[in-house]
Amino acid sequence: MSRSEYAVVADGLRKRYRDTVALDDLHLAVPRGTVYGLLGPNGAGKTTAVRILTTLVRSDGGRAEVAGYDLRTQARLVRRRIGLTGQQTAVDDSITARQNLVMFGRLFHIGKEAARRRAGELLDQFGLADAADKAPKTFSGGMRRRLDLASSMILAPEVLFLDEPTTGLDPAGRREVWQQVGKLAAAGTTVLLTTHYLDEADKLCDRIGVIDHGRNVVEDTPDGLKRRIGNERLEVVAAEPGDLAQITELLNKAAASGREATVDSTGLAASVAVSDGVLALTEVAVELRERGITVADLGLRRPTLDEAFLHLTEGAK
Amino acid sequence: MTTVDLVPDMDDSLASRAKWAVVDSWTVVLQELTHLVRQPSTFAWQLGFPIVMVLMFVYVFGSAMDVSGQGAGEGYLDYAMPGLFAMTMAFGFMNTAFAVALTKEKGFIDRFRSMPMASSAVVTGRGVADIIHATVDLTILVVIALVLGWRPGGSLGDTLAAFALLLWLRLALIFVGIQLGLLVKNSEMAGNLFALAFPFGMVSSVFAPPDLMAGWLGAIAAWNPVSSTAGAIRELFASPAVPSGYWIEEHATTAAVIWPAVILAAFLPLAVRRYQRLSR
Repeated sequence: MSRSEYAVVADGLRKRYRDTVALDDLHLAVPRGTVYGLLGPNGAGKTTAVRILTTLVRSDGGRAEVAGYDLRTQARLVRRRIGLTGQQTAVDDSITARQNLVMFGRLFHIGKEAARRRAGELLDQFGLADAADKAPKTFSGGMRRRLDLASSMILAPEVLFLDEPTTGLDPAGRREVWQQVGKLAAAGTTVLLTTHYLDEADKLCDRIGVIDHGRNVVEDTPDGLKRRIGNERLEVVAAEPGDLAQITELLNKAAASGREATVDSTGLAASVAVSDGVLALTEVAVELRERGITVADLGLRRPTLDEAFLHLTEGAK
Repeated sequence: MTTVDLVPDMDDSLASRAKWAVVDSWTVVLQELTHLVRQPSTFAWQLGFPIVMVLMFVYVFGSAMDVSGQGAGEGYLDYAMPGLFAMTMAFGFMNTAFAVALTKEKGFIDRFRSMPMASSAVVTGRGVADIIHATVDLTILVVIALVLGWRPGGSLGDTLAAFALLLWLRLALIFVGIQLGLLVKNSEMAGNLFALAFPFGMVSSVFAPPDLMAGWLGAIAAWNPVSSTAGAIRELFASPAVPSGYWIEEHATTAAVIWPAVILAAFLPLAVRRYQRLSR
């Protein structure tokens, strides 16, 4: 892939604030038209990366290109091709939703009339047409965030940056935002988002870059990340605590080579890593039936991204 | 995805940038003015304090104060009203600081700076909006003063000059407000600036002549920029003369021109630098 096929390229970005190193040699390559998630614990450097890539702060070292333009020398050109939805919802609560969008349209220099028409279009697109002439202070969190997203889409930017787009939203609000981001991505906008919600990264992103301490830890697809920490686990929840010894014995027989069953803190559930999930599940189910053991639950569990994440950032230390 | 022609102005010449700096400032001003139109109660909240103060001083404390040497309470209304105008301008820097802190806190400054707009518009737009706001504040206060029986005694030219001096002080303090607004962590902390504004507004000749205060306090009060503006406009409104024992009070008009210029010279570069440092 040639460089121009990337919407965002970062080479060795460095940024230091007084005595904390925010970014320490960060590399990124986001192909056009994809959704890329920057995942990391608080203080990992996610926000700093977004602030540098959106021209808000200058990096101390390294170089980066956004939408094909150099951040240092062509910042003005970059600004015409990006949208930013920052951590705070930058919505003016005491003017109407429409007035918000018209104001931003005018500040994007598309002219008064175009700003007005574009506002109407975005209100429809983001499902805010009914609330267009109300002040956002009466909106739900999800609606305010959608208006915020709409404000960053005025110029239909090539690259949209979302810094923790659903932090502080209730589940309904998160779904609303996910839906809109999904639509924008489907329409071809490149999206770079930061999040510390793993389900969010799992749901929205084509690729996930895990960063910690301002450095790349690993980059992969959501499924690939999960695979990296290994096998599926077979989990059995005993109905009677007395059966647990037998259950553990069965699990050990089905275990992947070298693995042993573990019992969780409730003292009722045992699980073990298995290499062929379906085969192990069938074997254990049959054995349980033959021995006449009833269980409360029996199932295969894929490792969650949370586990993958902890595993990966632990390993990086 | 869109039917609107979304080609922004791509002209990056100096002339075009200068034009957009003005147009963008005006867009920011319009946004601020829309707030005031939609929420006129803002004025009630912001003017409530000075109005309560003046009523208290004129009718509670003022009746015991002999500012004119003609007996307690005599001429106090003429003394206190110009003081009230000056104090309201002085407290204005808090409004600026609060607005700037809120703009920063809500992520507006970040979004604006990530856009192709003139980034100076955030500051200049704020300044113009604040001057318009201050003009409305003064108009409301003048109406209240007229109702209470205050009358400007000077010519029309003198009266206009007095209001120009008031706005000149307010203009200088905008940059103090911007500097402080960018400095504080959030709007809540900006609200705490009142602890700074109160002595700045009150340790002055606003409600009592420094001559009546203890020596050292009187000197501080007399040299307070707010006192200079208050003193200058008292002359322009032809308020009855009060005893004065400080050199600077004898030269109030000159001081009312110079003080804001000094503040501006100090804080304009500071505020601009602080704003530019946002990208560090």
